[in-house]
Amino acid sequence: MRYAMAIDTKKCVGCGDCVVACQTENNVPIGFCRDWIVENVSGSYPNVEVELRSERCNHCDNSPCVRCCPTGASHVIEGGIVKVTHDECIGCGACIQSCPYDARYSHPDGYVDKCTFCDHRLAKGQTTACVAVCPTNCLYFGDLEDPNSDVSKALKNRSWKVLAPEAGTKPQLYFLT
Amino acid sequence: MKEELFVSGRNIPNIDPFLNIWHWEIPLYLFLGGFAAGIMFFAGLFLVMGKEKEMETTVKWAPFLVPVALVVGLFALFLDLKHQLFFWRLYTTIRMESPMSWGAWTLMIITPLSFFWAASYLKEVVPGWKWRLPVFESFEALVIKYRKHIAWLAMGLAIILGVYTGILLSAFNARPLWNTSILGPLFLVSGMSTGLAAIIWMSKSHYERSVLSKIDIALIGVELFLIVHLFMGFLAANQVQVEAAHLFLGGEFTVTFWVFVMILGLIVPAFLETLELFGYKIPMWIPSLLILIGGLMFRFIMVEAGQITRYLY
Repeated sequence: MRYAMAIDTKKCVGCGDCVVACQTENNVPIGFCRDWIVENVSGSYPNVEVELRSERCNHCDNSPCVRCCPTGASHVIEGGIVKVTHDECIGCGACIQSCPYDARYSHPDGYVDKCTFCDHRLAKGQTTACVAVCPTNCLYFGDLEDPNSDVSKALKNRSWKVLAPEAGTKPQLYFLT
Repeated sequence: MKEELFVSGRNIPNIDPFLNIWHWEIPLYLFLGGFAAGIMFFAGLFLVMGKEKEMETTVKWAPFLVPVALVVGLFALFLDLKHQLFFWRLYTTIRMESPMSWGAWTLMIITPLSFFWAASYLKEVVPGWKWRLPVFESFEALVIKYRKHIAWLAMGLAIILGVYTGILLSAFNARPLWNTSILGPLFLVSGMSTGLAAIIWMSKSHYERSVLSKIDIALIGVELFLIVHLFMGFLAANQVQVEAAHLFLGGEFTVTFWVFVMILGLIVPAFLETLELFGYKIPMWIPSLLILIGGLMFRFIMVEAGQITRYLY
């Protein structure tokens, strides 16, 4: 099993529903977020292009945060989801430094926090909070190893890219272009 | 082509607009760790070489600074932790891939070792010193009996500790300024040089000072060589590392780096030490102080600048 997410940059309108849904679902403290929207404006007037991306932890296959963690608090669970065990985390900040996507933050309670691909919802057979609320249906989530999953089907028919592949982390967020 | 990037709804403290997770605690610790490693290494080296008499400051006096530096450094590290009550989790596991785990375990061994080393010379340094408990007496005898073995162990651990202060940073692929294998040897050499500077400052023997000065000048030479290679490597690498190098070649860290680290921290003290070797009267605390300040500045600059550099996407 390999959980992954595909984000359709052509369908995303940048409404931020995914951000709010995540904050509500996961009790993210005010001022912090586990997912966010990036607006990438490129070109020069009048030939300007906008790309909207809903970003979060990439749940990398080769995750530097798990490697550098001195206590093993950062770990990979079934399906390739990268998680942090709160009472093993000492708050040293090494994983925050190691993430090319700046996807982790220091929770006010001391430990490091990040996107969990809503594994508590997956366990109940539901999809992630951000996917569930997306009004344009631009987020596809599922098992990459299952050819019939939403994410596999989305990746089959479209061209896509990953962010900073040169960082060598094998990220698992695929941006449909 | 112009490109602009907006991140909506995200302004996480210490992460946006650029990373600032590690403050003064980490560079201070990196300095003290390298400094302690430097003294420990040379104390061990000259003891093994049988130069205990000629190099008295190196072997007997300066090692009293090591436990102090390590304890202050460890306290700084502890202050840096955000989930402090769980710090003991470091010692419930060994993680081979994590430099921080290596460092934590190395410190676990070298810190008590540095206390034993200093304590075993207490009677020679403080005349009339008596241990209150007979246990200490017998333990002291044991340490003195196995001094050479301890010296070898201390030298090995000092090298691991010195290299670790650099590898801690260089293991982070996400921060292009740090992500170079030169940082390990560079921090080791720089740490050894700061350790030597303190010993030279303390030493009253002309012979000892001249021996240590010669080593120090060589170390500074190696350090300059490594720094030149660091920048050559960056400028020949990919865009993110080219930009990292430009922080020091015209960017915001240019003046602090070249004035305080390169000129005042390395070139001037090496020059003064050379003059002293040729017989000019130079108060040795001047080059020593410059080296110590330069070493501290270098670590502050590297930690702060490294957190600004990042991947572009």
